[in-house]
Amino acid sequence: MSELTIDDVRSAIAGRHTTATALAHDFYERIRKEDLEIGAYLTVCKDRALAQAARIDAMAAEGKPLPPLGGVPVAIKDVMVTNGVRTTAGSKILENFIPPYDCTAVARLEAAGAVILGKLNCDEFAMGSSNENSAYHVVHNPRDKSRVPGGSSGGSAAAVAAEMAVATLGSDTGGSIRQPASFCGVVGLKPTYGRVSRYGLIAFASSLDHIGPFAKTVKEVALVLRIIAGRDPMDSTSAEVPVPDYVAELEKPVKGLKVGVAKEYFGSGLDPEVGAAVESAIQKLAGLGCEIVPLSLPHTEYAVPTYYIVATAEASANLARFDGVRYGFRAKAGNLSQMYRLTRDGGFGMEVKRRIMLGTYALSAGYYDAYYLKAQKVRTLLTRDFDEAFKKVDVIAAPTCPTPAFKLGEKVNDPLAMYLADIYTVTANLAGIPGISVPCGENHEKLPIGLQLFARHFDEATLLRVAHAYEQERSVAC
Amino acid sequence: MKVTEKDVAYVADLANLELTEEERARMLRDLNSILEYMERLGELETDKVAPMAQVSDRYGVDESRHGSDRFAYAIREDVKGGLRESLPHDVAVKNAPDTDGTFFEVPKVIER
Repeated sequence: MSELTIDDVRSAIAGRHTTATALAHDFYERIRKEDLEIGAYLTVCKDRALAQAARIDAMAAEGKPLPPLGGVPVAIKDVMVTNGVRTTAGSKILENFIPPYDCTAVARLEAAGAVILGKLNCDEFAMGSSNENSAYHVVHNPRDKSRVPGGSSGGSAAAVAAEMAVATLGSDTGGSIRQPASFCGVVGLKPTYGRVSRYGLIAFASSLDHIGPFAKTVKEVALVLRIIAGRDPMDSTSAEVPVPDYVAELEKPVKGLKVGVAKEYFGSGLDPEVGAAVESAIQKLAGLGCEIVPLSLPHTEYAVPTYYIVATAEASANLARFDGVRYGFRAKAGNLSQMYRLTRDGGFGMEVKRRIMLGTYALSAGYYDAYYLKAQKVRTLLTRDFDEAFKKVDVIAAPTCPTPAFKLGEKVNDPLAMYLADIYTVTANLAGIPGISVPCGENHEKLPIGLQLFARHFDEATLLRVAHAYEQERSVAC
Repeated sequence: MKVTEKDVAYVADLANLELTEEERARMLRDLNSILEYMERLGELETDKVAPMAQVSDRYGVDESRHGSDRFAYAIREDVKGGLRESLPHDVAVKNAPDTDGTFFEVPKVIER
């Protein structure tokens, strides 16, 4: 069962070598055995999964062509709502929340034949870089269980790495797909803002939130993106931009493409082994005929403070809806005002409260111009950096994270140190450009290292093509 | 220290959080350390830079138009009954901590 790809699953079911139902049972058995030590799942939804598997098996039995993800076992970060299946956002405030509708990305996966196994652990409301802010339990990195899987989509990355799902969905507001993909040694893609509908994604920071796929290979990520991408009338920010056949585009040659390398992503704070692995990956791209172009993204050092002002400001507004009135936890109290406060005090964890406080402060009278407005202006500067760069190059290569996976507990009491783990990923969220993390080696402790690539808005085709070419070259070399 | 205990209490009040004594002390420390790091944005001259609220301000819009007309793509024809049916009443209140089946019920509203 290990190392199963989407293509393997689909052809095994179509060829009647196995059934979607048998496969779903295999995965649940594996989850039962392995997940005690990993902690990737918060909820499994066997009834829903087996009903879908039965539908796929009926199609296969009739000899009908299977849909693109027919019978493929997938799992969903628990920030995307699922009709009839508990959705917690990793928070106690939604401990018993059963959504009455499906997130568009989830509905599209299922319509394409995917079997949804369950919901995956994450930092509370996707706020964190280590998955340690989950209100339920920590996630252990399958590659080294004493280390974090990254966050906030830690469960999504760990489930793929530990073969507890073939592909998963995560969300990325400041690196929450790419960073855990890098830490767990899998592929993770954050598409362009507007590429994938956010309908049904529990909002953290609406102008920065993205949904995207995890899988073991670039090709599988391309396949899943094609299914979930495209305009959705339920999300007015989802763009009316055609969705290409990303898989067909993968095999186009990369020779002659220009790959930018920004010096700001290789400065102090970068672990030397990570730097060396990424440099060597860039040399491989040069060997494939890409032209390497040194460049500068001069405002990069301002990205983390900009990000944490914009993200927390938006979060403070978005999380106002959790007040104990319409859904979720409600604390007992004598009057309404006290009910709001005790509900939020008891329902939210420390990091969520910290971000609500920071965001509320940045938006409050007297500080709005100095923090929020200032950050919005610097966001323009950061975006212009990329606009200028993409006049000269087709993709930009960088490390995904400054270090490999750190130890559980290592940064838990130092919020600022935790925020700095996002230093190479937040820029793509602020500018809205697509970014991907692809495994590019290991350090001396066998911890995975990620190569990050960026491309122009809505040019996931080129991004995936370069990532795929690199992945193929690397597997030949290994 | 830029943020004072009074600021923490004021902001917690705005955010509808009560916070324990211990949490307030931690907020005071954390907010000061994070905001100090954020001060570096002041190094940048931004008087003539337009603020950017969202990415869709710049991409996927009709560049030849102005104001909200730029987002014409996001506008649809009116559909009788909406894009999809509304949630049935009983489903909409199903997750409510307290309901009489018609309304969400809350404790007495008293000015604090």
